[in-house]
Amino acid sequence: MPNVTLEATTHAADGRARIELRGDIDSSAREALGAAYAETAGAHEVLLDFAAVDYINSTGIALIVGMLARARADARAITARGLSRHYREIFEITRLSDFMTILDDDRTDQGDPTHE
Amino acid sequence: MSVTERTIRRVAWRRSRAATAAAAASGGETSPSELLAAAHEPLSAAEAQEATESFEIAPNDPLVAYFQGSVGAVDVNALDLDSPALTALRAEGVSLVVPLITNGELIGLLNVGRRLSDQDFSADDRRLLETLAAQAAPAVRVGQLVREQQAEIRARGRIEQELAVAQLIQQNFLPKQLPALGGWEVAAYYRAARAVGGDFYDFIELPDGRLGLVIGDVTDKGVPAAMVMAATRSVLRASAQRLVEPGTVLARVNDNLCPDIPENMFVTCFYGVLDPASGHLRYANAGHNLPLVAAGGESSDLRATGMPLGLLPSMSYEERETTLAPGASVLLYSDGLVEAHDREREMFGTERVVELLARGGDCNALIGELLGALDRFTGEELEQEDDITLVALRRAGGEPAGAAVLDDFKLASEPGNEREAMRRVAAAAAPFALTPERRERLKTATAEATMNAMEHGNGYRRELDVAVRVSADARALTVAISDCGGARAIAPADAPDIDAKLDGRQSPRGWGLFLIERMVDELRQRSDGDRHTVELVMNLEGGRDAERDT
Repeated sequence: MPNVTLEATTHAADGRARIELRGDIDSSAREALGAAYAETAGAHEVLLDFAAVDYINSTGIALIVGMLARARADARAITARGLSRHYREIFEITRLSDFMTILDDDRTDQGDPTHE
Repeated sequence: MSVTERTIRRVAWRRSRAATAAAAASGGETSPSELLAAAHEPLSAAEAQEATESFEIAPNDPLVAYFQGSVGAVDVNALDLDSPALTALRAEGVSLVVPLITNGELIGLLNVGRRLSDQDFSADDRRLLETLAAQAAPAVRVGQLVREQQAEIRARGRIEQELAVAQLIQQNFLPKQLPALGGWEVAAYYRAARAVGGDFYDFIELPDGRLGLVIGDVTDKGVPAAMVMAATRSVLRASAQRLVEPGTVLARVNDNLCPDIPENMFVTCFYGVLDPASGHLRYANAGHNLPLVAAGGESSDLRATGMPLGLLPSMSYEERETTLAPGASVLLYSDGLVEAHDREREMFGTERVVELLARGGDCNALIGELLGALDRFTGEELEQEDDITLVALRRAGGEPAGAAVLDDFKLASEPGNEREAMRRVAAAAAPFALTPERRERLKTATAEATMNAMEHGNGYRRELDVAVRVSADARALTVAISDCGGARAIAPADAPDIDAKLDGRQSPRGWGLFLIERMVDELRQRSDGDRHTVELVMNLEGGRDAERDT
């Protein structure tokens, strides 16, 4: 397997949790994502912060789908922020966006900033 | 004064009907109104036939001129004319003739035999007959016109019906769908001429995934041509399943056709056997227009000698072979294309066809361009002379004319190496005018296709490589990614469904191909028995998501 390239840090307080993601979400991210989600126990809302994520591949999408399934079973609402325009499009194409709230804070380091 | 043939026919017809009337009148038992009724009664086809055959007055017979100029009843026996018609009338026992004239046109004769008493007709008799003739003539004329029109409609109907039958046969025996050929694009077009020629084409599925390609043309038109076309197609299909060599197949079809084909009819036919995996094509030709090939900037034709089918039994057909390289295009066509004329009677010819074929592009576009060029050449008002049949095949891959290779490299099948592919493709694409958003899509598609190649094609076996080649022409940027899994068919995956994935009914994975398809303007896949290749195409102008970006 490739080097682990994702750091996921969970901050939880008052029934809310924020998972700060840093690096790439691919097959190597499985454990980091699983562990970070486990730390959100007791929260009703989980915010995934993608602001420091550079690359998400289809395996990464599958991991996020897995997290969404767990969150649904645990009745935790998922919100995403910091997605680049490109990955936001991918979340829409795959309909991940139907199962999470995507905050409208589009990064401008990728994609055409003149749009939106 | 001239009298037309048509008029003479009418004269002849009236004679027969009037003779019947005359016979009845001379019996003294038929009233004038009954005579009129007899004149109105339409003739059956057989009666009309008999009438025209039994008595014809030649247009130059002096009797015609005489009647045209005469007024009232004419005593046949008092006439002194050198007229065969007069002789014939006398022989039939006609003694009095009243010309039926309407609008100055002689349309028939009312013929009356001798009275039973053998006395001459009285002035009253003549007046009665003249009144009768004057009233009957326009009515008879109306009847004639109606009958002529009905006959015309029947004749037209028969022709239309025959055309419809020919079209039905033709349509029924043309392929309903195109073959699905991995690594090939196929398109076909058929447009019948009004008279329906005997063009046909066919795709025959053969063992080992090979495909029989047929195009042919039966001389003659209409139902006979359509019947021969149907027979040829059936015999060819049956022979192609039993025999391997295209030349042997055509020889067999020829021997089957020869005993039964109508005289002066024959069939030109090209038959080829294509192995889609290797591009190998073995073919024979029974006098059909030579199919054209464009490959690597060169044009050629598929030449093989052989007599048309159905002329002479026991013919042999030369067999030739060629290999169609990736990017090669083939066009099979009928003479309706190259022998179409413009208003100066100049022929469309093959040169224009070769030129369009050499330009490359997809098969449907090629057919569209050919038809467009043909329509401009012949002009819209000219009726299509013959059936037009076009079958185009194009082997995927290869560099289109004028394409430049920007990068070409190999990667070991190790997780994470898709990033190297992504980086190098992005670098190669850097000088091209893609929006930042489209650049990101190309990178994602490259990464996903490389991962698929490493995982599904090479099973993540380090020693198996993934080859990546980036090329561009004026129209598009193409990334070709190939793995070593060309021998296996890739099982089609279910379309990913997020609901099913969240419910656990579907694996959370399986997004790769789905994403690739949505990232690029065109996705092509092909296998050559060794390597499996995916081509990602990004158009340089517009692109399918141009609207999405604006």
